[in-house]
Amino acid sequence: MSSPSRVSLLVLGAAALALAACNREEHHSRAKPIGETVPAGESPDTIFPGSSTAPPLDPRAALYDNNVNAISQGQQLFMQMNCVGCHSHGGGGMGPPLMDDEWRYGGRIDQIATTIAEGRPNGMPSWRGKLTEDQIWDLAAYVRSLSGLPSKDAVASRSESMSAGTPQTLTPHAEMNNSDAVPQ
Amino acid sequence: MRIVQYRQGTQKLWAPGAGGFHGGVMRRVTGALTVAILSAAATLLGACHRSSSTQSTSPIAEGPLPAGNHALPPAAAAPADDGNWVMPGKNYAATRFSALSQITPANVSKLALAFTFSTATNKGFEAPPLVVNGTMYVITPYPNYLYALDLTKPGAPTKWVFKPKPAAASQGVACCDVVNRGAVYDNGKIFFNTLDGQTFAVDANSGQMAWHTQLGDIQRGETITMAPLVANGKVLVGNSGGEMGVRGWIAALDEGSGKLAWKAYNTGPDKDVLIGARFKPFYPMDQGKDLGVKSWPPDAWKIGGATTWGWLAYDPETHLVFYGTSNPGPWNADQRPGDNKWSAGLFARDVNTGEAVWHYQTTPHDLFDYDDVNEIILADIPWGSGRRPVLLRPDRNGYFYVMDRRTGQVLSATPYGYINSTKGVDLKNGRLIYVADKEPKAGRVTRDICPASPGAKDWNPAAFSPVTGLVYIPHNNLCMDFSGMQANYISGTPYVGADVKMYAGPGGNRGVFTAWDPINRRPVWEIKEDLPLWSPALATAGNLVFYGTMDGWFKAVDARNGKLLWQFKAGSGIIGQPISYRGPDGRQYIAVVAGVGGWAGAIVSAQMDPHDPTGALGFANAVKDLPMKTTAGGMLYVFTLPR
Repeated sequence: MSSPSRVSLLVLGAAALALAACNREEHHSRAKPIGETVPAGESPDTIFPGSSTAPPLDPRAALYDNNVNAISQGQQLFMQMNCVGCHSHGGGGMGPPLMDDEWRYGGRIDQIATTIAEGRPNGMPSWRGKLTEDQIWDLAAYVRSLSGLPSKDAVASRSESMSAGTPQTLTPHAEMNNSDAVPQ
Repeated sequence: MRIVQYRQGTQKLWAPGAGGFHGGVMRRVTGALTVAILSAAATLLGACHRSSSTQSTSPIAEGPLPAGNHALPPAAAAPADDGNWVMPGKNYAATRFSALSQITPANVSKLALAFTFSTATNKGFEAPPLVVNGTMYVITPYPNYLYALDLTKPGAPTKWVFKPKPAAASQGVACCDVVNRGAVYDNGKIFFNTLDGQTFAVDANSGQMAWHTQLGDIQRGETITMAPLVANGKVLVGNSGGEMGVRGWIAALDEGSGKLAWKAYNTGPDKDVLIGARFKPFYPMDQGKDLGVKSWPPDAWKIGGATTWGWLAYDPETHLVFYGTSNPGPWNADQRPGDNKWSAGLFARDVNTGEAVWHYQTTPHDLFDYDDVNEIILADIPWGSGRRPVLLRPDRNGYFYVMDRRTGQVLSATPYGYINSTKGVDLKNGRLIYVADKEPKAGRVTRDICPASPGAKDWNPAAFSPVTGLVYIPHNNLCMDFSGMQANYISGTPYVGADVKMYAGPGGNRGVFTAWDPINRRPVWEIKEDLPLWSPALATAGNLVFYGTMDGWFKAVDARNGKLLWQFKAGSGIIGQPISYRGPDGRQYIAVVAGVGGWAGAIVSAQMDPHDPTGALGFANAVKDLPMKTTAGGMLYVFTLPR
């Protein structure tokens, strides 16, 4: 490999890294408000009669998924709103685990947001009207981060309180191989 | 599995059989020195074979205690055995003892399957089957199906199934799996509760509903998992939800109509608790006006737990019903300074009016989730020249209580498991004495608290044999790390405020099966089990004791010495209660339902991820290996001797 091409590769690599970091810490505090309705997320594992593809990802997903600020806010809400009482720190209990690769109602961030907003019939409460849309998306970002799907530099290295458990960055995960849990 | 033998004069000495941990060879070992040396060696060996399911035994006890000189159940509460099994406790004294004796230590090795039945559920199965005059009744976890099986026909075909269709959302407010602890038969009807807070009465012959009454409200986090008790024309029912910020209560429904006869709260002002002129608690700590309000921060009693999810007993002579109350909420005790009455305590009430007659707060200002809901066994023990009416209770906090059931006085409280969270019970004022070092404070992790939240023993009841005078206690050996944090009350969601991580206690075994002598206050023998014990026990007049393990072994041991005589591997872990009955053919049968789950087995039945040590309120960490040892699925197994 010649030297100029190696340099260009390096430059490209650096640019890619820089781009990837773009939305990591983006806060959107002055962003234009977008749709106020959490979408009804369809599972990619279901059937869509009359078409062959799943509906496109909600445009807000890109603002929250893998976003340090959203994940951190979501982590605080996860404790404050008692999500932790049912789902523990992802291992589950009264509610299903969130850190594995099985998603009963879809593992896309918009689907997780829908689950939080609407509830689910076997015991998941509906938080619509109790949390703002922004908070629901923050929570969805954190829940998705529990599964180990976002990059490790986005999740918090310690929890907000003293805990007998393991920090999220040090928590081992089973291998992810479920089609519902692929990175988006 | 290892057996530890205790004899009078030897304190906590134990020895494995010389055959090691694989043979189960019985050897008589005499001489304390030999025992001590073997004991040291066994400790080392034991560490190597912690997960082995083999067993060894140690010296045989001296045989049953002399007749008449040991505890006996009161005849009025434990009438002669008719071969049926009509309530989980077997009788009002809650002995879980069958007087049938065809199956004995001599022939139990021939015990074989008679029939099986799939319950079509995959959640924790804690309930015993009932048997009434040739029909077996099986109540499942959510969705709480009630099956009637015809025992008069080969293979016990289904007569009918009753489906109460509880609200699916109730699954989301049940703290520790969607279990049901049993139905009860009385006067032609089967009574049971559903997870969504209803009580049903169903005609035992036809399977038609007689009545149903809605008692709990899932929007407030209330469920019902306990088995009702029917006494004196009243169906007694209490709520679950001590982890959901509910307010605990017990209700009495008219047996014929299902109409509410009385309802008593376990927190709040005296008028709500049905505390009046007849209330005479033994200790000053339980005396005073409106303690159910004053022993809490303002209004905290309204969301303070103290539910009634465990076991009741009834004394027909005094018309007193006895039951214990759950932990106070939230678990983070910093949020509720005070004694938090009447949580984690024992009530005696008049069954006709609900009036409280006495209360004893077993664990005031509970710090560790030591609910007080365990079984209450009625017994009369030798006392002076006569007998004294008492309650026997292997409590969650690790002490075996002997209490006068007329007054609530504690006669003794003796550790039956390893305890470092408390120093003992002060018999002068009745108070449990906490160890300051083990008191959790918000913002720090308090380590090595023993017993852990499920206690030295949780809900799964012991059996009491009037033949041996011993109480057979299936229990745990677990410790924990505990960190408290601010819990926010949001109705219908958990109200806990703690991160917990549990693990095996000293010795490394997570379960223990103890034969306890309540008179001499000592273990007679012990079996150390690898996994926590979550199944109740059954004792029989054939001098056998039955229990199950969470990896699916159903075991029969000799009631006199703990020797393993027979075992059967079920398809799922066993947390259900075994029973014994006389079949229509006159033979003795043993029945148990396998189906792992409950708090201890949620890691399997709820398909939890074992990578989070705090899962299932910290129990997941203690049983990380369980998903590799068993799978979920309810299945009834019925055994008898070959013809």
